Amino acid sequence: MRPLEGLLVLEFCQFLAGPSAGLRLADLGARVIKIERPGKGEAGRKISIKDLFIEDDSLVFHTINRNKESYAANLKDAADLERVKRLIERADIITHNFRPGVMEKIGLDYDSVKRLNPKIIYAIVTGYGGRGPWANKPGQDLLVQSMSGLTWLSGSSNDGPVPFGLAAADIFCGAHLTQGILAALLKRSKTGKSVLVEVSLLESALDIQFEFLTTHLNDGGKLPQRTALKGGAHAYLSAPYGVYQTKDGYLALAMGNLLQLGEALRLDLASGYPDPFMWFDKRDEIISLIQSVIKTETTRKWLSVLEPLNIWCAEVLNYQEITQNEGYKVMGIAQQVELPDGSLLTTTRCPIQINQKKLYSKRPAPKPGVHTALINEEFEL
Amino acid sequence: MKPLEDYLVIDFSQFLSAPSASLRMADMGARVIKIERQGTGDICRHLYTSNVIMNGESSVFHAINRNKESFTADLKNEEDKKLVLELIEKADVVMHNFRPGVMERLGLDYDSLRKINPAIVYGEITGYGNKGPWKDKPGQDLLLQSLSGLTWLSGNEGNGPVPMGLSVVDMLAGAHLLQGILACLYKRGISGEGAMVQVSMLESAFDLQFETITTFYNDGGVVQPRSEKNNAHAYLGAPYGIYQTKDGYLALAMGSVSVLSELLNCNELKDFPDESQYIKRDEIKAVLAAHLKSKNTGDWLAVLEPADIWCAKVLNWKELMNEDGFKVLDMIQEVEMNDGYRYKTTRCPIKIDGQLLKSPKGSPMLGEDNEAVISELINLPARS
Repeated sequence: MRPLEGLLVLEFCQFLAGPSAGLRLADLGARVIKIERPGKGEAGRKISIKDLFIEDDSLVFHTINRNKESYAANLKDAADLERVKRLIERADIITHNFRPGVMEKIGLDYDSVKRLNPKIIYAIVTGYGGRGPWANKPGQDLLVQSMSGLTWLSGSSNDGPVPFGLAAADIFCGAHLTQGILAALLKRSKTGKSVLVEVSLLESALDIQFEFLTTHLNDGGKLPQRTALKGGAHAYLSAPYGVYQTKDGYLALAMGNLLQLGEALRLDLASGYPDPFMWFDKRDEIISLIQSVIKTETTRKWLSVLEPLNIWCAEVLNYQEITQNEGYKVMGIAQQVELPDGSLLTTTRCPIQINQKKLYSKRPAPKPGVHTALINEEFEL
Repeated sequence: MKPLEDYLVIDFSQFLSAPSASLRMADMGARVIKIERQGTGDICRHLYTSNVIMNGESSVFHAINRNKESFTADLKNEEDKKLVLELIEKADVVMHNFRPGVMERLGLDYDSLRKINPAIVYGEITGYGNKGPWKDKPGQDLLLQSLSGLTWLSGNEGNGPVPMGLSVVDMLAGAHLLQGILACLYKRGISGEGAMVQVSMLESAFDLQFETITTFYNDGGVVQPRSEKNNAHAYLGAPYGIYQTKDGYLALAMGSVSVLSELLNCNELKDFPDESQYIKRDEIKAVLAAHLKSKNTGDWLAVLEPADIWCAKVLNWKELMNEDGFKVLDMIQEVEMNDGYRYKTTRCPIKIDGQLLKSPKGSPMLGEDNEAVISELINLPARS
């Protein structure tokens, strides 16, 4: 039995942050019903990456919304709204990411919903916290990365700002939303009362920088210093931390004793850089020296030298390489969902294992409103 | 009332992954006791260090371990282990991130602990799972980024691998562990039974990439296609990216190139129909990059924002912290250690019932809570 079996989630959220939380709750056993506009459904259905679609919905939409049901409702129509309200009475959790004021206008804000269902967990995702001068700015991942300072941490100091190449603010915000909802369920178990959960993309983007922000707030307000070289991996860590080109690919070197690494590479670092504090201050010099040696041999050769010495290193793989690797295959990360036409779609599974069981699910993403009649019947709406 | 009040967490973990989960639990109201080795403690106190030392220990340790208690024990010593087992009997959650086999050798694996506490929720993070060729490899963030394909998503094509400049896999694995633990605590409230929750950094690294990996599974297995210029997402078309202006940088998210060409008064963009935004992204980005350099960021925002184009100014932390939009979040808190040392840090990003989850307690000195923990939680016969 999955841990959240028996819970009913109504998802008014669109795009990635909120729906990724809905996906996690679904994989953990909850029943998740998307409440969508009749016809078109949620806006995320049209947002694609690499222009890939399955029939009318983007592949990304399918990735984020598998294992859910869809209920069509026009929230501006009185009869539809009434049915949704009666569904809310039976729900445990509702999530939305409308801009401030929208749910108030519809009459589904927290105070109104609490009256319908005094035990509801009401969860809101905003871009920037819902108050202040940015409250109505679009809550979009790249914009939030750009405003949060995150773009000054990756790449080289010659690159200008380098964003994370995936929707990191969205994904972490979804993870935080899930944490908040689950903690709220524990609170509700004690109090028997409704709980309000609020997260924002900006606070989540700041939270993932908490180690550095704590450093920044206590080091006199210095800004992050990236290496000027290629392969830098962390503005706050000393050499050798980074990625190095070999004769036939790339090798990652994590933190460790630089002098031991020097010996293993037959590179004299001990006389020039004996003190660990120099490993940060002279980082670029040291990285150049290491790079000049690393590029003379293949990745495999370096792994065979460094791994037996317990030096933290790894080869750098792309998707083709990792998915051919036994270390990936043994984890059973891929799963197939069954599309309505009988074809199979391969995607990833939930990353959490419970009692040594992987959580797979074959249920695909729903077409807009495809479960409306069934849900009306089941809940007598 | 904080949502996890009255929960007791016994945390054997080190570094960032699982400790980031116990920090969250502490902020949500749980009592978290770190079990640390005598003498050195969590390796993160010293080894994993920025060059910034605060009150004798790394700034990173202080960020991750505030709001927790520290209990030192030698887990190979029977007396000490007895104390720790007493704590576990009273605990709701046990967590660790040792390599496979370590907790078994110590007799602290799930099967052993559920015998003394059947309701325990036991959480563990490994690097690569408990089987397979990589199970004994070090579970370190940069190595996971490198193995999982993540380094080919950021930066421009031609720049080689570009890691994300913070421990993104560690933190997501911690977030997943916490999700699993909380879900099992919820179920325990109904069934009375504990559970084991397992997360690996490898699975978390793939989950982070679930959109792009799914695309790879379904696009014929093409390697990650970063754009040559202004890349911000390997799988998105123009204009998605960050562009230099006369006085700074401007971020542009997804949007119609034909609309942009009108608003920005950029005639060369008119050669590109909206259907070509992915296929011709490098050409479009080159045109945009040249055009946007001609004016200040503020000038462009004044045109684009009123037209509802998704755009933003790129800020660094200093600039961000001067903005009213940041100040209104009340994101920074000051905490105090037992010796009176005070430092600033960020707060928990989740609001519950309209309340910010702040806590004034700083990180613990190694072993500072041994006496209090023994007197409050352990009822052994008087020890000599």
